[in-house]
Amino acid sequence: MAPMKILVAAKRVVDYSVRVRLTPDRTGIASDGVKMSVNPFDEIALEEALRIRERGEATQVVVATVGPPEAESQIRSLLAMGADRGIHVETGRETAPLEVAHVLFRLVQEIGPGLVILGKQAIDDDCGQTGPMLAALWDRPQATYVSKLTLSEGRVQAVREVDHGLETVELVLPAVITTDLRLNTPRFIKMPDIMKARQKPLEKRPFDGFGLDLPRLTVEAYLPPPEREAGLRLESVAELVTRLHDRGVL
Amino acid sequence: MDATLVMAEAQEGTVPLAEATLKTLAVARKIGAGPLDIAWTGTSLDPLLGQARTLAGIRRHLVFDDPRLTHPTADVMAALVGDLVRDYSHVLMPGTSFGRDVLPRLAGRVGAPAVSDVLEVLDPRRFKRGLYAGNVHAVVRVPDGVPVLLTVRLASWRPVTAEKEAQPAGIEKREVPADLPTEARFVGLERDASARPDLQSARRVVSGGRSFGSRENFALLEGLADRLNAAIGASRAAVDAGYAPNDLQVGQTGKIIAPELYMAFGISGAIQHLTGIRDAGTIVAVNKDPEAPIFKVADFGLVGDLFEVIPALLAELERQGIAR
Ligand SMILES: Cc1cc2nc3c(=O)[nH]c(=O)nc-3n(C[C@H](O)[C@H](O)[C@H](O)COP(=O)(O)OP(=O)(O)OC[C@H]3O[C@@H](n4cnc5c(N)ncnc54)[C@H](O)[C@@H]3O)c2cc1C
Repeated sequence: MAPMKILVAAKRVVDYSVRVRLTPDRTGIASDGVKMSVNPFDEIALEEALRIRERGEATQVVVATVGPPEAESQIRSLLAMGADRGIHVETGRETAPLEVAHVLFRLVQEIGPGLVILGKQAIDDDCGQTGPMLAALWDRPQATYVSKLTLSEGRVQAVREVDHGLETVELVLPAVITTDLRLNTPRFIKMPDIMKARQKPLEKRPFDGFGLDLPRLTVEAYLPPPEREAGLRLESVAELVTRLHDRGVL
Repeated sequence: MDATLVMAEAQEGTVPLAEATLKTLAVARKIGAGPLDIAWTGTSLDPLLGQARTLAGIRRHLVFDDPRLTHPTADVMAALVGDLVRDYSHVLMPGTSFGRDVLPRLAGRVGAPAVSDVLEVLDPRRFKRGLYAGNVHAVVRVPDGVPVLLTVRLASWRPVTAEKEAQPAGIEKREVPADLPTEARFVGLERDASARPDLQSARRVVSGGRSFGSRENFALLEGLADRLNAAIGASRAAVDAGYAPNDLQVGQTGKIIAPELYMAFGISGAIQHLTGIRDAGTIVAVNKDPEAPIFKVADFGLVGDLFEVIPALLAELERQGIAR
């Protein structure tokens, strides 16, 4: 088998443990002093790529991000996890899935990977679009929500978490994969790896250099969702059954 | 000219019509952009079309019936309808694992942005959707000059109902190209065999977390589910631990549901879990920790040990003569 490269896409997002709030003027999300991390699904994507490389089924893992200058810290941690090199496409503004898919498509054309692995969604915008959009631009098969991946002879077998169970599909490489949570558990980064990662190649490119002019959704307003109020504390099972019965749900 | 295409949930020709499709039709009606067509894809679709004919307000049923479409992959779907969608100002799919796989691929192909998980329609180009696991809502606008492509957040919508009086719409069988992509191949589906109501559409759901401690203990929920004719749900921790299959996971990365009654046993109420139940009618929380975050959203909270509460609940339902 020819040596295979894997491209992993990753996004800097508000950490999953942060309780996100709107700014007082409601023009955006309060970001001051908020902990930022790699999108958890993207960490899983990198972990899977590394395992494939460690099994000798791939030779190089490239990780790419489209994000603000501060996203360097996330891409450095992905290099510390084990990616061979990084590409940081820098932009000061929010980018949309279609734009990121176009950037990734350009990178795909340069790198020629056998697999592109992305998270199934970013936990900030919850769009879940970038992977399928990239697959469309590239005109290659896709498997989304993948919880198991096996490579063999130019093909990949993927188990997908779908609404009614687990679906298995087989794709001819190159292909696009998006990860679900149960695909793997990402490794912890060790201190010496953080030092070593500083030496790894990290290429920076301006987003504007890609010359994209794509239609974008505009956000007209951010709103707090309707709150659910805490209800009653009940003392007994009998009271619970009575209350539910009175409400007409039993 | 405005026109709307709803792409039906893939359902292998079986009846009744998928609720996901009927909810997507509700969104299409709310948008009201021009005549409404539905595209049906699958195999042996006749029984399904018999029912589909009773839906009101449809201009045409576009039927792609072919054995190769039994379990269509996203690349096949995109090749099949990629040109068709260009005739429409609005293309809608249900927010199922099928719709979420296919719709963004279509969007990439036509070069338009997509709106995921629409929870409210403000006008034909403006929609409300959730961000950050539903902790923020945003009003987004699709720019002029591109089609509106969206998926529907099923928990936010009621299905349309068939109407006997409906003027039957025309059924158009469409040619399925000989050269569909073959680089993705369906191998198999391991289905959850349970006879219980479907988690996504059940009126009642009883749900359990990590605290059950074993698969055998988790089965305690079954008696209650049977008694209440409820679906069973689970937290991610319970699924990860192997107590429940993955398709029962409720939450940001599982199913987003809106049953009339949701009963959470030994679930802490992590934000990612609560995302899945925000639209439930009545939430009941049973947890031995009085500080558990789930109590902040529960209509009724009971501090207690689930291993005592569940049997007591069954006994009480029996005593008060409440079943199903
Ligand atoms: C990116 C991401 C996505 C995620 N998506 C999801 C998702 O879709 N769905 C989801 O559920 N989670 C999701 N999670 C995980 C989530 O953060 C929590 O870890 C998970 O929901 C916790 O499950 P739990 O409530 O069962 O377990 P725990 O948080 O461990 O809570 C157990 C609870 O049981 C109570 N308890 C223990 N023993 C008893 C007893 N005998 N009787 C009564 N109560 C008892 C405890 O007091 C505690 O409150 C996600 C996490 C991440 C990072």
